[in-house]
Amino acid sequence: MSTPANQGKLAERAGMLPAALFVAAFLLVPLGLVVAYSFMPANSFGGVDPGFSTDAYRNVLYEQRLDGSFRLSAAYLLIVWRSIYVAGLTTLIVLAISLPVAIYIARQVPRRRTFLLLMVTIPFWANILIRTFAWILLLRDTGVINGFLTALGVISSPLPLLNTTGAVLVGLVYTFAPFMVLPIYGRMERLQQSQLEAAHDLYANRWQVFRHIVWPAALPGVVAGSLLTFIPCLGSLIAPELLGGGKQMMLGNLIYRQFSEARNWPFGAAIAVLLLVIVALIGLVQVYLARRKFAGKVA
Amino acid sequence: MARNSHSRIIGQFPGFGKFTFLFFVYLYLPIIVVMVLSFNASPAATVWGGFSLEWYGKALANADLRTAAWNSIQIAVSAALLSTVLATFAANTLHRLTGRKDATLAQGVIMLPLVLPEIVMAVALLSFFSSLGVSLGKGNLIIAHTLLCLPFAFLPIRARLQGMDASLTEAAADLYARPFSRFRHVTLPMLMPGIVSGFMLAFVVSMDNFTVSLLVSQAGSTTLPVFIFGMLRVGVTPDVNAASTLIILASTALVVVSFLLAGRNPK
Repeated sequence: MSTPANQGKLAERAGMLPAALFVAAFLLVPLGLVVAYSFMPANSFGGVDPGFSTDAYRNVLYEQRLDGSFRLSAAYLLIVWRSIYVAGLTTLIVLAISLPVAIYIARQVPRRRTFLLLMVTIPFWANILIRTFAWILLLRDTGVINGFLTALGVISSPLPLLNTTGAVLVGLVYTFAPFMVLPIYGRMERLQQSQLEAAHDLYANRWQVFRHIVWPAALPGVVAGSLLTFIPCLGSLIAPELLGGGKQMMLGNLIYRQFSEARNWPFGAAIAVLLLVIVALIGLVQVYLARRKFAGKVA
Repeated sequence: MARNSHSRIIGQFPGFGKFTFLFFVYLYLPIIVVMVLSFNASPAATVWGGFSLEWYGKALANADLRTAAWNSIQIAVSAALLSTVLATFAANTLHRLTGRKDATLAQGVIMLPLVLPEIVMAVALLSFFSSLGVSLGKGNLIIAHTLLCLPFAFLPIRARLQGMDASLTEAAADLYARPFSRFRHVTLPMLMPGIVSGFMLAFVVSMDNFTVSLLVSQAGSTTLPVFIFGMLRVGVTPDVNAASTLIILASTALVVVSFLLAGRNPK
């Protein structure tokens, strides 16, 4: 341990240790605690009681009746499904919107490109709570959109826009669009002008240029952007809480409720573990696909 | 120039420009609505009652709102400082050890707060602090925010290192500068724009954080977004618009400055 070579090795690495240990102590240990809590009995005042229990996981699938018997219940599975569905749909819409925008920005002259990128970035840094709250002003019954349509005479009574799945989608797409634009732009910027010119010289039409040059070049950015959108969407709290009115429950507000009002920490922890498992599976699939692609290139 | 504009047309898709314009309308419309309504004398969203600063007066007169804002600033400055220091050392070491297995692992660990769902980190930190049984008040939030800020402080510094000319540190080594003085006199000054940019992004991330703050904050340590969430639950009142406008302007200014600093080329 005290040999000069070893000391050198340790000194070489010393700089990265504080940051890595910080994350280990304040993220990995707490995550382990969540897993432990999910296997403990609930304390009705919040927190957990000592002991071992699988009640939390059983509650995900079964509902306890008044007489103490258990009955299969799809209520929570429905929330899992709704979260996956809303996150998936958000990712698709965000992709459809971001692809043309990223391609357009990448084709501009450098000065204009920098400016447009800054314009994409600014709302991304503005407070997410405020950005979501802004949609309440637009969507509510007495809001800007209903007021505008009423003034035009298009509608006589306000459309129910707020507290719907559509409202949650609008808020999520709005929040995550920059997460997709930036990685796709990063790939498009590297696309060589000469490739496009070659395609043009070979009489490729726009669709062929898109299909054979632009899309393959954008794909890694699309994958990165989709992960950056889908994963946070799955556990999102603000949009379902503020725009969905808390009625269209998703995993994020389900977990939040268990740790606040419902005071069933083990159940909340079990749902959090479930969410972690889904995220880990997505990560594994991505690593697997990246490896396979890499292997394919070598062979 | 003519040739340039011609080659630009190749690979241009028709209608994408208009589409991008609409995208920016979508991106900015809600923010503009909040700002415009914050100056509306009428509390109704659809009636313009004339220009007024009444809501700003009301928001600024709210003592609880001021306390929350002050809490947020204290926490953000502390968390940004801490995360930037941790990130600077980590980025410098990881840059040197690029490609090594343990360096890749350490970088993965440092980036974790960026890839995990925030609600999971929020309940993990809540469980952690409550199981310790002691509360550090704002300290709990400073620790939580430092964790969340770490990747945002790390990335610009790492990017700056990648764009840096390695021959300068090599020259310093040839001149028998010891590792620490190499870092202090050569690497650090060149890294400065990346560090400042990382600090500012970390500050904004902390100021804007909501989900983790909601679960970790306690009676005395309410942050601004958590306080505004409380106001929204009671009802959407125009003074929320005024407070929101001030917050948006502040973070926009910081991001623009950070962007300009990061955009400067390494000397």
